[in-house]
Amino acid sequence: MNNFTPFSALLGGIVIGLSVVFYFYMTGRLAGISGIFENAITNTSQRLSNLAFLLGLVIGPLIYFNFIASSAPVAFNITHSYLLIIPGGFLVGFGTRLGGGCTSGHGICGIGRLSINSIIATGVFVAIGMLTVTILQQFGVYL
Amino acid sequence: MNDKAISLICGIIFGIGLVVSGMTNPEKVIGFLSITHNWDASLIFVMGGAIITAGPFFYLFKNKEFSALGDKINWPNKKNIDKKLIIGSSLFGIGWGLVGLCPGPAISALATFDPIIIVFLVSMAAGVLVKKNTIK
Repeated sequence: MNNFTPFSALLGGIVIGLSVVFYFYMTGRLAGISGIFENAITNTSQRLSNLAFLLGLVIGPLIYFNFIASSAPVAFNITHSYLLIIPGGFLVGFGTRLGGGCTSGHGICGIGRLSINSIIATGVFVAIGMLTVTILQQFGVYL
Repeated sequence: MNDKAISLICGIIFGIGLVVSGMTNPEKVIGFLSITHNWDASLIFVMGGAIITAGPFFYLFKNKEFSALGDKINWPNKKNIDKKLIIGSSLFGIGWGLVGLCPGPAISALATFDPIIIVFLVSMAAGVLVKKNTIK
């Protein structure tokens, strides 16, 4: 585990948790990003509010890069293979909406509420994600 | 303050949390999913930190009927574990493993101005729309 960063991970997680709590307290909505994304592109009644959340997700890192941690470049390493990006994106969109949530909706809000459904959903997507990466590694990807 | 301002502020805080946690970097997420090879357990601390922060408040608010802005709170109350939950979460798991991005970090990653993120997000939107228009 040469890249293990438990302290920044925990701190970031706490900040995310505070956002989830504040959002719920103020609006009564759970901050599941896949749901917010779906509503932003399909639901006209709360579109602006959902778009505002998504815009915040982009502004947050920009604030962080420019004003908080300007000296430390934040690593960003992503595959540039369209064979991974296009099916990957599609399955993330389709799967999260079919399963009713993603890492934030099921993994944070759902487990935070001790929802059995969310605990099972999170177990499934983590396990299948691990299986997928392990299979890709058999073909030399992500090694 | 209205719900749009609140949403923007919460999105900003959430986005800062994501970038501090390292989860906007797909390599970090792949490192977590790479259970048999150089495993990086950091993501557990991200989810753990968020859950232990939010969980007690959800418990405290469990009988709340209205939010501070006056909206009726609709708690998700689906109890049955059905095929959709399992198949949907499995398909999400495959997509997550292929790229190392889930919806939140994918949107935050726009801040890197890497055009490949737009390809990912358009594909993700296509997945959302296909689901919405084919399965009730």
